[in-house]
Amino acid sequence: MQRIRLRYTKRGRLRFTSHRDFQRAFERALRRSAVPMAYSAGFTPHPKVSYANAAPTGVASEAEYLEIGLAEARDPEALRAQLDESLPTGLDIIDAVEVRTPNFVERLEASEWQLRLAGVTAEDAARAIEAFLAAEQVEVQRLTKNGVRVFDARGAVAAMELLPPRVGDGNDTATEETGDVRTGNPCAILRLVVRHATPAVRPDDVLSGLRATADLAPPVPAEVTRLAQGPLDEETGTVTDPLALDRAAAPAGL
Amino acid sequence: MTVESVFPQLEALLPHVQKPIQYVGGELNSTVKDWDSCDVRWALMYPDAYEVGLPNQGVMILYEVLNEREGVLAERTYSVWPDLEALMREHGVPQFTVDAHRPVRAFDVFGLSFSTELGYTNMLAALDLAGIPLLAKDRTVDDPIVLAGGHAAFNPEPIADFVDCAVIGDGEQAVLDITEIIRAWKAEGQPGGRDELLLRLAKTGGVYVPRFYDVEYLADGRIGRVVPNAPGVPWRVSKHTVMDLDEWPYPKQPLVPLAETVHERMSVEIFRGCTRGCRFCQAGMITRPVRERSITGIGEMVERGLKATGFEEVGLLSLSSADHTEIGEIAKGLADRYTEDKIGLSLPSTRVDAFNIDLANELTRNGRRSGLTFAPEGGSERIRKVINKMVSEEDLIRTVSTAYGNGWRQVKLYFMCGLPTETDDDVLQIGVMAKNVIQKGREVTGQNDIRCTVSIGGFVPKPHTPFQWAPQLSAEATDARLAKLRDSIRGDRKYGKNIGFRYHDGKPGIIEGLLSRGDRRVGAVIRAVYEDGGRFDGWREHFSYDRWITSAEKALADTGVDVDWYTTRERTYEEVLPWDHLDSGLDKDWLWEDWQDALEEVEVDDCRWTPCFDCGVCPQMQTEIQIGPTGKKLLPLTVVNQ
Repeated sequence: MQRIRLRYTKRGRLRFTSHRDFQRAFERALRRSAVPMAYSAGFTPHPKVSYANAAPTGVASEAEYLEIGLAEARDPEALRAQLDESLPTGLDIIDAVEVRTPNFVERLEASEWQLRLAGVTAEDAARAIEAFLAAEQVEVQRLTKNGVRVFDARGAVAAMELLPPRVGDGNDTATEETGDVRTGNPCAILRLVVRHATPAVRPDDVLSGLRATADLAPPVPAEVTRLAQGPLDEETGTVTDPLALDRAAAPAGL
Repeated sequence: MTVESVFPQLEALLPHVQKPIQYVGGELNSTVKDWDSCDVRWALMYPDAYEVGLPNQGVMILYEVLNEREGVLAERTYSVWPDLEALMREHGVPQFTVDAHRPVRAFDVFGLSFSTELGYTNMLAALDLAGIPLLAKDRTVDDPIVLAGGHAAFNPEPIADFVDCAVIGDGEQAVLDITEIIRAWKAEGQPGGRDELLLRLAKTGGVYVPRFYDVEYLADGRIGRVVPNAPGVPWRVSKHTVMDLDEWPYPKQPLVPLAETVHERMSVEIFRGCTRGCRFCQAGMITRPVRERSITGIGEMVERGLKATGFEEVGLLSLSSADHTEIGEIAKGLADRYTEDKIGLSLPSTRVDAFNIDLANELTRNGRRSGLTFAPEGGSERIRKVINKMVSEEDLIRTVSTAYGNGWRQVKLYFMCGLPTETDDDVLQIGVMAKNVIQKGREVTGQNDIRCTVSIGGFVPKPHTPFQWAPQLSAEATDARLAKLRDSIRGDRKYGKNIGFRYHDGKPGIIEGLLSRGDRRVGAVIRAVYEDGGRFDGWREHFSYDRWITSAEKALADTGVDVDWYTTRERTYEEVLPWDHLDSGLDKDWLWEDWQDALEEVEVDDCRWTPCFDCGVCPQMQTEIQIGPTGKKLLPLTVVNQ
C-alpha cells in the first residue's frame, strides 16, 4: 500500500467548515476523482484516511495535514492536482509527498497563527503583547464539555509579535496607518507560534490571555489563520515544513 | 443595477451562531450567475432549516432547470435559525441567498416550495427579514412576486393573503412559462405594474392569483362561493403535469453540501404519481397519473449523478418504489454496476405486497441486513379496507417470514391513528400484528432476539382526497387511543419487550389539520402565531400548541368558526370546499363516491392493472399512464483502462 501525505487549506468563507464537514467532503472528492483507495477490513469498509490536528471551525488554515492509503501507486503531484480540482475552491490541496518516514503526528510540534484584530490599534496590541510575554504564567479559562477548565496559556507560546502593516497580500487590507481599507478603522495583526501541548492552547485562549493581562478586548471576533504547523525551531521561534523529511528521503531522480 | 452581496456583514455574525457552514453556500454543483446578464431572477426557498431544505428534490430540480436557461438566474435561500435571525435583525442584514448572498428582495420572483403546511410561519419570517411586506396587497413593483408551490399549495387559501400566486403540480415546465411571461412584461417596461403582471399570469389558467378571486361566506361560516373578480381570470386553475420523465432528467448535477443534511445520497425519482388509491394519501391523489422513468433513463441519471457528487448511496425515489414495472431489473442492474464501488442502494416507500426477497437481496448485496420497513397503515383488516390499503395480514406475515429466513432481524411497521370510522379495537390490532410478526420471526429463525418496532402518526385529512370531508380525531381522543395501545403492548409479557413503540401526540396533527383544510380566515391565525414568535413548527422543540390555540382564539374571534370547525367537523357533499377552484384533475363526484365506498369498506383496485375508475385526471389534464416494461436491461459498464 502506498501512503501519501497531503497538505490542505481552509480559506475564506469555507473556514466555517467543521472538521466533520471536511471529512465528508474529502471522502466524496476521493470518490468523484476515482482515487484507488485502500479500504479498511470489516463489515463496513472505510477508505484509509487519517487526519492530524484539525483547526477549529471558523479558523482559516494554510496548513492542515492528512494521510491516505492507496491500493495502487499514484504520482503524488498528479493525485494532488486531481483532488484539488475535485474540491470546492477554498478547500485546496496544496502539497503532496509519498510517505517515507514514520511518526508524522509527533513532528507537528507547533503551529504558527495569524490573528487579525479589527478595531484594535497597533499601540494597544503592542502593549498587550509585551505584558503577556513578560508574565510567567497567564491563567485562562475555557468552557469545555466537562465544565470550565482553568489552565496556563503563556507556557505554550513560543513567540508572539505585532506584524508590520502590509498592503496587497490578498486577504490583508491593512493600510500604512495600520487601518482597515474597508472600514477606515484601526486593525492590528499578530503572529504567534504556539506549541502543541496538553491541554491544547488555541489562539482564542491566547486572546483570553491578552484580555487577562492587558485588558485587550477586540470589538469584533478575531480573524484567525493557521499559517503553518510542523517542527519548532526553538532558537528562531519558527515552524518548519513537516513534509521535508519525506521529501529528503525520496530516492534520487524522483 | 448590480446587487451587492451581503456576505461581508453576514460574515461578522457567523462566529456567533451554530453551524455557520450552512449559511456560506459554495456547495459542489451550485451555480452563481452574473446578475446583470440575466433578466429574470428567481430566489427559491425551502422554508425550513438548511439541513432539511438542501436535499429537497423539488428545489434542486427547479434550481437547475432555471439556471440552465440563458438569461435566467436562480439562487437558493433557507430558513435561518433563531440565533442568526436575532443577529440579522440587530445588524440589519436581510434574508439572503446562499449562492451569492444577494438580498431576496432584489429578485423578480421569490418562490417557496411547501412540502408541508408547517412551513408557513417560516415563510413570514423570511418575508419580514427580506423587507418584503407580509401582505401581498402592500407590495410594490420593487418587491418580488411571491409564489407558492409544492404539495401544500394545492390548498393555498390559508396563505392567500401572503402569497401573490400559487402553482400546483409539476414545476419544471411551469417555472419556464412563468419566466417567459415575466421577461416579456419587463422588456415592455413593466406596463400596468404589478397588477398587470399578475393578471397575465392568472389568465394562463395555470397560475392561481388569490387577489383575483373573492370568497363569499354563508351565515353559518361555510363558503358560499369563490368568484373571479377580474376579466379573463378563469373560474378554476389547473395543475401542471410533466409527461415523459426521460425528457426531464433532473437533477443532473445534484448539490453536494459541506454541511451535514438529512439525506446524503444520490436520489433518482424513478416514477412520479401513484394510482394505488390509498384514500388518506394526498400525494397519491394529486400526482396522478403514474409516469415511469425508463430503466435506461434511470441508469444514466445514476451514473452521471454519482460522478458529479461522490455520494455512496443511491436512493430510488417515488411514492411506492417497488411498483416500478422493471424494479427487479433496475435493482439487479445497479447492484451489478456499483457493488464493487461500495455504493449502497436504498428503496424508500416499499409496499408489503410489492416486496419480494430477490429485490431485497439485490439491495443488500454488501451484506448489511439491518432492518426492513413496511407501512400497513391500519392495524385491522377492516380499517385497511376503509383506507384502501390493500394489504392483508397474511401478505405481511409471509413477507416478514421470508425476510427473517434470509437474515433480517428487525422489522419496522408504520401505522396511522385517527382514521375515519376507526375504533379503539382497530388500533389495538396494531399490537396484535406486531406480536404475530415477532412470533413468526422466532419460529423461522429459532431465535428470540427478534424485534418489531411500530411507529404511529396521527392521521390528518387532506384536500383533494376522498377523506377531505372526514372529521379529524381530536388530539385528546388520539392520545387516549394511543395510550390504550401502549398499555396493551407494555402489558404483554411474552412479546412486550421486543416491540418498540413510537408515536407522536395528537396536538401537532390538529394544527396541521387546521392549516391543511383551512380557508383564507386561517391566514390571520398564521400571522398571529408568527408575530408571537412562532417558527419552525415542524420541529418538536419549536412547535407550541398553546401558542397556536391562543392565537386562533384571538384571530378567529369574530368569524363564528374555530379550530374544531376546521378540523373535527365532518363536511357534507354540498359544501364548497376552500380548494374547489384549484383543479387537481380529480372529479369531485368521484372523490365523494370513493369516500362513500370507504365508509362501506369497499376497496378499489389500481388502474394501472385494471380498467379506469374515472377519477377524472387523465381526460381533464390530457395526460395518460406511462409505464413499462421496456424490456431493456441495465448492463454493467465495462471498465476502460487508460
